[in-house]
Amino acid sequence: MNPARGSLLGIEHLEAAEILKLLKFARRMNPDKPRPLLKGKRVFLLFYEASTRTRSSFETAAKVMGAHTVLIQSIGSSIEKGESLLDTGYTVRAVGADIIVIRHPNAGAPYLMAQHLDIPVINAGDGLHEHPSQALLDAYTILRNKKTFKGLQVAIVGDIFHSRVARSACHLLSKFGVKIILCGPPELVPEIAATLAPGVRVTRHIEDALRGTDVVMLLRVQTERLAGLKIDLAEYIARYQMNPARLKMAKKDAVVMHPGPIIRGLELTSEVADGAQARILEEVRNGVPTRMAILARAMGKMR
Amino acid sequence: MTNPEKSRTSVRKPSLLIKGGHLIDPAARIDAPMDVLLKDGRVAEVAPPNKIKGGADEKFDARGLIVAPGFIDLHAHLREPGQAHKETIATGTAAAAAGGFTSVCTMPNTIPVVDSVEWIEWLRQPERGAVVNVFVIAAATRSSKGATLTDFRALQTAGAIAVTDDGKPIFDDSIMREALVLGGELNFPVVQHAEDTRMTENCSMHAGARSFRLGLRGMTAAGEASIVERDVQLAMHIPNARLHVAHLSTADALKSVRRGKRAKARVTFEVTPHHFTLTDEDMRDYDSNYKMNPPLRSVSDREAILAALADGTVDAIATDHAPHAAHEKEMEFERAAFGITGLETALALAITRLHREKRIPLARIVEFFTAGPARCFDLRGRGSLVRGSIADVTIFDPKKKWTFDAAKSLSKSRNTPFDGWQLTGKAVATVVGGRIVHSG
Repeated sequence: MNPARGSLLGIEHLEAAEILKLLKFARRMNPDKPRPLLKGKRVFLLFYEASTRTRSSFETAAKVMGAHTVLIQSIGSSIEKGESLLDTGYTVRAVGADIIVIRHPNAGAPYLMAQHLDIPVINAGDGLHEHPSQALLDAYTILRNKKTFKGLQVAIVGDIFHSRVARSACHLLSKFGVKIILCGPPELVPEIAATLAPGVRVTRHIEDALRGTDVVMLLRVQTERLAGLKIDLAEYIARYQMNPARLKMAKKDAVVMHPGPIIRGLELTSEVADGAQARILEEVRNGVPTRMAILARAMGKMR
Repeated sequence: MTNPEKSRTSVRKPSLLIKGGHLIDPAARIDAPMDVLLKDGRVAEVAPPNKIKGGADEKFDARGLIVAPGFIDLHAHLREPGQAHKETIATGTAAAAAGGFTSVCTMPNTIPVVDSVEWIEWLRQPERGAVVNVFVIAAATRSSKGATLTDFRALQTAGAIAVTDDGKPIFDDSIMREALVLGGELNFPVVQHAEDTRMTENCSMHAGARSFRLGLRGMTAAGEASIVERDVQLAMHIPNARLHVAHLSTADALKSVRRGKRAKARVTFEVTPHHFTLTDEDMRDYDSNYKMNPPLRSVSDREAILAALADGTVDAIATDHAPHAAHEKEMEFERAAFGITGLETALALAITRLHREKRIPLARIVEFFTAGPARCFDLRGRGSLVRGSIADVTIFDPKKKWTFDAAKSLSKSRNTPFDGWQLTGKAVATVVGGRIVHSG
């Protein structure tokens, strides 16, 4: 079965025009002004993995739009008893879900859900694969700060291999001709990462990544996903940590972004995290209107 | 179908004359119109058209068809004992017969593992309901745990034709060496599932651009090649050692095997239809019917395998038929079971991909299903139709166009990426011990 209309499974197969439409609609959304586009609808949040920002942001977005939300987490539900993903999906559908928002440790889990259910499925992060709502809110944040994607250069520094945020960001920015530089050690940034999308290249040198860059996107080293991979954190800090001196190598008006959670003292220093160029909390704020737009689109209300 | 009642009550098996067909028997170097007479479970006579005198109880009109020695599959998971919800000997061999196979070698990674004489005997009991010949490959180590070798001599005497820990590798260097030494003394092939499992933990497909894009951890080609290289090195230096590499899937592993063969080591290997047909680029939307181990590899790996098929380096095409129930496949890709079914599509994929597209002669393809596999495991009296051979015959139509419908499969399971594929070439009749066990 094809995914229901309004599903958002990834950025890779989304058209540029659709992305712009979503971002434009998001700008009209105001989290402080209730907008009952989802009145009476039931949004089920299936979270098989820990989340602070994404979950609270989707929940807030849904509530601002008048929807009921139900949160299901793997701990404290039948998932813990061994219920399969699909059976949980069928159950949630039977309870009356209109939209499913799913975060899952396995890549492709939202596809499986969408292929078997007749309601829109929204990917809130699937394993190492994609995190489309994050890419959209980051694009929203970039546009607020840089007005246009035209001529932009974005450096993504850190653990690209384990990052669904990086994959979605590359797909999205590439569709608008943005130059994307991935930077980090080979264990975290394999050469093959350059094949993700047109306009993506890989470098090992932070100066190379930062020179002429408009947006510096930092990523956490996902120690919980390393799976036996050995990373020398001291070495990582020495070569790639973002500190004020390094940030000066980027353009003067460069902004610093990070999908969170941030680990101060590892991928960035506190001076950078709390500095004037940081847009980290703005990203979180922008998450709500962006997800309002995603939910409105899911229900065919994005007009 | 012949009437089973009749064959049970009559002392003598009815004789069968296969008339008007084109015989391809690579071992006998025959590729010509020939009639074949089967009598008392053996090949009684092979002669040019209309030269066989005297009558036969039954006749099979093979005009326009290829008559070949019975096909042998070196690698199938018939799932008994213990996993009858996936497949049974009865259903698996029914699927085999439908696919033109007269003999199937069943793998020991069952529950429990087939590592004893008792289980070999159990597998060979008539109660299992086998429709075609079933040869047992027994475990190489106890419970396939890789620590202690099984009793090769006893297993061989009980009828096992080879040993393996398939599903996982015989990993420890000294255990593999011991297995090859003992196998060499007994003329007993050791079948290796070549995978360095230290490199493949949590991996669900081939490591490459596609796995990176999909966010799936990938199995590197090196994970296969390093084990094959070690095993070939061992086989080259142990007298009479017989190494058979299961489901070889990478260009690098192929290089090792080629080197071993050049050095006259007794190294054989099989390739699967899915590895010569598909690549890692073919999987769409996390469809777990594209998940198997070894995984679908890169285009260059597939090209290397196609080249080895074309130049005849490959010893056998084997299916690695690995049935799973729907609920074991319809789940998160990374959690879904490895394996696909293959008995009913192997011949058609070989004809469609290798013969029609790659212009590999039919005689060579027939060899990969007959004389080749018979040689790998010393299946005496099989793999050829010279007079006196066992009367296992596969009759197929190399031009028949058909669409594979997984829902109509005789296997218990439906996990195949080839559902709905339009294919060319189909088994028309499968003859086991002189008796037609499948026609269609």
